[in-house]
Amino acid sequence: MKIIVLVKHVPDAQFDRHLTGEANTVDRSESILSELDEYALEAALQLIEARGGEAAGNKVIALSMGPAGAVNAVKKSLQIGATEGVHLSDEALAGSDAAATSLALAAAIRHLGADTPADLILTGMASTDGETSLVPAQLAERLGLPQVTFAASLELDGGKLTARRDGDTHADTIEAELPAVVSVTDQINDPRYPNFKGIMAAKKKTITTLSLADIGVDPAHVGTSGSWTVVETAEARPPRTAGTIITDDGDAGIQLVEFLAAQKLL
Amino acid sequence: MAKVLVFIDNPGQALKKSSLELLTIARSLGETVAAVNGELHDAAAAALAAYGAEALYVPSAADLDAYLVGPKAAFLAAAVDAAGADVVMAENSAEGKEIAARLGIRLGAGVITDVVAVDADGTAHKSVLAGSYTTTAKATTPVSVLTVKSNSITPEPAASATAPESVTVQLPADATAASARVTARNEKPASGRPDLAEARIVVAGGRGVDGNFGPLEELADALGAAIGASRAATDAGWIGHDAQVGQTGKTVSPQLYISAGISGAIQQKAGMQTAKVIVAVNKDAESPIFEIADFGIVGDLFQVLPQATAEIKKRKG
Repeated sequence: MKIIVLVKHVPDAQFDRHLTGEANTVDRSESILSELDEYALEAALQLIEARGGEAAGNKVIALSMGPAGAVNAVKKSLQIGATEGVHLSDEALAGSDAAATSLALAAAIRHLGADTPADLILTGMASTDGETSLVPAQLAERLGLPQVTFAASLELDGGKLTARRDGDTHADTIEAELPAVVSVTDQINDPRYPNFKGIMAAKKKTITTLSLADIGVDPAHVGTSGSWTVVETAEARPPRTAGTIITDDGDAGIQLVEFLAAQKLL
Repeated sequence: MAKVLVFIDNPGQALKKSSLELLTIARSLGETVAAVNGELHDAAAAALAAYGAEALYVPSAADLDAYLVGPKAAFLAAAVDAAGADVVMAENSAEGKEIAARLGIRLGAGVITDVVAVDADGTAHKSVLAGSYTTTAKATTPVSVLTVKSNSITPEPAASATAPESVTVQLPADATAASARVTARNEKPASGRPDLAEARIVVAGGRGVDGNFGPLEELADALGAAIGASRAATDAGWIGHDAQVGQTGKTVSPQLYISAGISGAIQQKAGMQTAKVIVAVNKDAESPIFEIADFGIVGDLFQVLPQATAEIKKRKG
């Protein structure tokens, strides 16, 4: 079984994040492997471990698209347990919107599947920077594959995939034929941490760097020139400031209601 | 003048407020038509006419809900062609965004999500990086697809009602070919409270609730509010995951957000900092939530909330 996991190098959400440059793109200087992608990686590892692991010819390929630093997301994935890593990196990719990103990723996935097509493409439920959730669905459309998004559980039986998905008003059971594009939520599992053995093993694993030429994509079709949307203006929202703070002396609940009444919120 | 196609998925007995909002915004951009999947009841049809839909596009198949999004995107692409629409608007739910995503690829159209306002020229306003920036964005393609957050505008009927004609759109033969099937659907019991993403008021609890959401639920019912929770509370299993507000949960932008027993770590703030008014109740005076609260109470939520609930009930008689 061959699983491709999409991993993204994103600004650490623990700190303030910024837009930068003329195209108002995200400043990636303080970046990490997206927390939500760890669930996809864990799901992939569990699936191949249940099938005899690498020894039985299974593999998990961690694929990241992004500038030079994005290779760190691939390295971390290898430390956690991915079999091999692929870094799609090309200056022309900078500023790609979801449509251009899905175009490049679809081409990279076809390239990686040239000999043996992937059975499964796994992603997190969203990136923690763009937050659009568009890429998994767009990738599925471009690859002509079924998509199963926001999977809270995942089982494979031969060529069939069964997933559970929790909506606000209903919970669904979903079935699809493999290959498929699947995004998983943070409810699906508890991701493992890299241990010493994993960190040492990762040093021996291969990271392949791919350029647009390698995957046969015209640079004009990606980046800002290939994007179908443009961010025209960006303004930092003024930070919220603290208002009135009181310590409860026994009547704070009543003061709260007075505040709400004064704000016409009752 | 633009032609705007509004997608209304399963309108139910009457149109939802979010659908009325979409129709109101669409009319400010140009001629408005609707694409409707699912049964169209009389009240919903009447609302579409009152809100100025010039035509209704309906799919040739009735089983689109048996699949995940793919066939709905195929239907909408065919409806856009039939209507000659320049702009497509859908709701900003997880499913709405995915339909928009696949539709965008089918049409070669730019997709903008999380939109809160649209100018007459199609420029979309949104906030990014968890509300820390407001941006304007535009599609550079002939057709644009926008998903609009609920509570973005006050719905208003058209100056004069229309009598929209229904047009059946033939689904392409391959519409369901590469789609996942929904094989079972379990409706969740309705709480009777407003939907979290659309609620005007949210009462949210965190670690400090210590397993007891009772006082929050009573306050929420007195205020007509939805219940939210931090990840600590959902991970502890005190409340369902669908109540989670924050980076990995829902983003809410209500008129009033009452945070109880939540420290206000940055991931939680990410989901609620665009609320108009923030109230925080926490025992720990050092909690970061107090840095952004309009009204902060250092105190025990099990004392403060029931007192507030009783006072609200007293005032409302």
